[in-house]
Amino acid sequence: MEKIKVEICCGTACYLLGAANLMSIEDEIPAEFRDKVEIEARTCLELCEKENLGGAPYVRFNGEEIMAQATSEKVLARIEELVGGAA
Amino acid sequence: MLNGSTFIRRELMIRIVRAFDDGTLETELDQIPIKLRPKNSVASRCCVYHDRAILKYRLMALLGVSVEDETDESKSLSAYYAEKAWGGGVAGHADAPHTPLSVCGPACSGCPDAKVVSTPNCRGCFARPCVYNCPKKAISVVGGQSVIDQSLCIKCGKCITACPYHAIVKTTVPCEDACPVGAIRKNEHGVAEIDFAKCIFCGKCFAACPFAAVMERSQLVDVLAAMKRGEKLVAMVAPAAARQFPGKIEQLLAACAKAGFGDVMEVALGAEMTTAHETEEFIERMEKDPKTFMTTSCCPAWVNLVGKHLPALVDHVSLTPSPMVYAREIVKAKDPDAKTVFIGPCVAKRSEAKRKDVDYVLSFEELGAILAGRKIDVIACEPWPVERPANPTARNYAKSCGVTEAVLTEATAKIPGFKLDAKQINGIDRKTCAMVKLYAAGKMPVNFLEVMACPGGCQNGPCSLA
Repeated sequence: MEKIKVEICCGTACYLLGAANLMSIEDEIPAEFRDKVEIEARTCLELCEKENLGGAPYVRFNGEEIMAQATSEKVLARIEELVGGAA
Repeated sequence: MLNGSTFIRRELMIRIVRAFDDGTLETELDQIPIKLRPKNSVASRCCVYHDRAILKYRLMALLGVSVEDETDESKSLSAYYAEKAWGGGVAGHADAPHTPLSVCGPACSGCPDAKVVSTPNCRGCFARPCVYNCPKKAISVVGGQSVIDQSLCIKCGKCITACPYHAIVKTTVPCEDACPVGAIRKNEHGVAEIDFAKCIFCGKCFAACPFAAVMERSQLVDVLAAMKRGEKLVAMVAPAAARQFPGKIEQLLAACAKAGFGDVMEVALGAEMTTAHETEEFIERMEKDPKTFMTTSCCPAWVNLVGKHLPALVDHVSLTPSPMVYAREIVKAKDPDAKTVFIGPCVAKRSEAKRKDVDYVLSFEELGAILAGRKIDVIACEPWPVERPANPTARNYAKSCGVTEAVLTEATAKIPGFKLDAKQINGIDRKTCAMVKLYAAGKMPVNFLEVMACPGGCQNGPCSLA
């Protein structure tokens, strides 16, 4: 099974608008999911310009699905859903 | 700390930088409130029109305008922008605000006066510890519920700790609660107002207000305009910058250079000079009078506090300039025409900069907005080739105890076995203020008093990011 790819935008805009709180997300993932998820901190994904600045911070799942106003709770919940669906 | 207040402030800052760089700021300014709160969108307050009105005031403050000084309500943001004559070569500090804070009346919620009240959590119990513990006999039980007679209550809080159901709470006015000197009060219209004769610009009300009604008068656009005019601006980055942005301090310096600053430096280099001179001054003072004491001068809110409220301490404040002032000297020695920009986490530095001829002050938030607007990621920057890194004790100035340690290290190196009897005030609040007043009245227990207005030091300043 391919790992679920989670890209956290750490561009300065997202960082200022909340991504700083997502930095520790790797430690918050439940142990049983850890080998199924790949978390990557990325430089600016430019979603704050293409989408909407107010939607920052942005997280991208599997290269296509975009989550706006991401919080660690929301990201963890989505990871759980994706892992569940893929299993 | 991120919350709704910091989010909207940072979002507006980034929008300003982007529009400025696109050359559309003057026309876009008045559109921003409507863009952010179009009709039928979800309002944060009563309606989108109230939200828009406050967004306009936020943008005014970000243009550096004092919200209180508004005389013409119909004046547009673009008119304020044009009036400042940016691009016309107005010297930065001549335009700098004397009062870096501004209260936006329409944003103020006019929080009800602080009182101790009983909530429906009360079970009207048999023991009634609230009634028994109240020293003023202000509590009675009516219809199975405790009731506090506000005319008798002295808000001592004994009932709050006594109640096993946490049924009694104290309501607060957050800005008044946060202000260590009683400078912010509701006026006759029930709206918070700062008494600038008392205000020490510590920024605690600014950080505390849950309605973000206290605003900073920014120099963001002044800095952007000076850069555009081609002036050489030198970014002087405060020691508190460590860990504010992802990446190393040298990477942050590189990011500043990339963003358009003509040169960059760590204010910690100025802190090294402060340490050397302050240590010398301290030794001298002790030789003259072993029973005297000295207090630090690097925290501008503390210096303001002494100047405005503690006249008895004035002679005890170190005469040594702050790291920012020495950093300015270093810059000016290298290039007398360079303009200096202090970048830090502090509101009060804006008042010190005005006094000490530092041209501009940016907060870490404002710097972040410039970096975000110009798509610069600190972690993607190659570290700046500093001539030499500042020494670790100087970089520690941003932490409580940092100055004490720096002076002690320096003094011990000069005079082996040097004794420094030091105490730290780690955060100015009403309690520590009362304590310092006792010190001022001649009850100083030590010979070296370090005071930091922010708990933990500058790194937790009101405009810090982390």
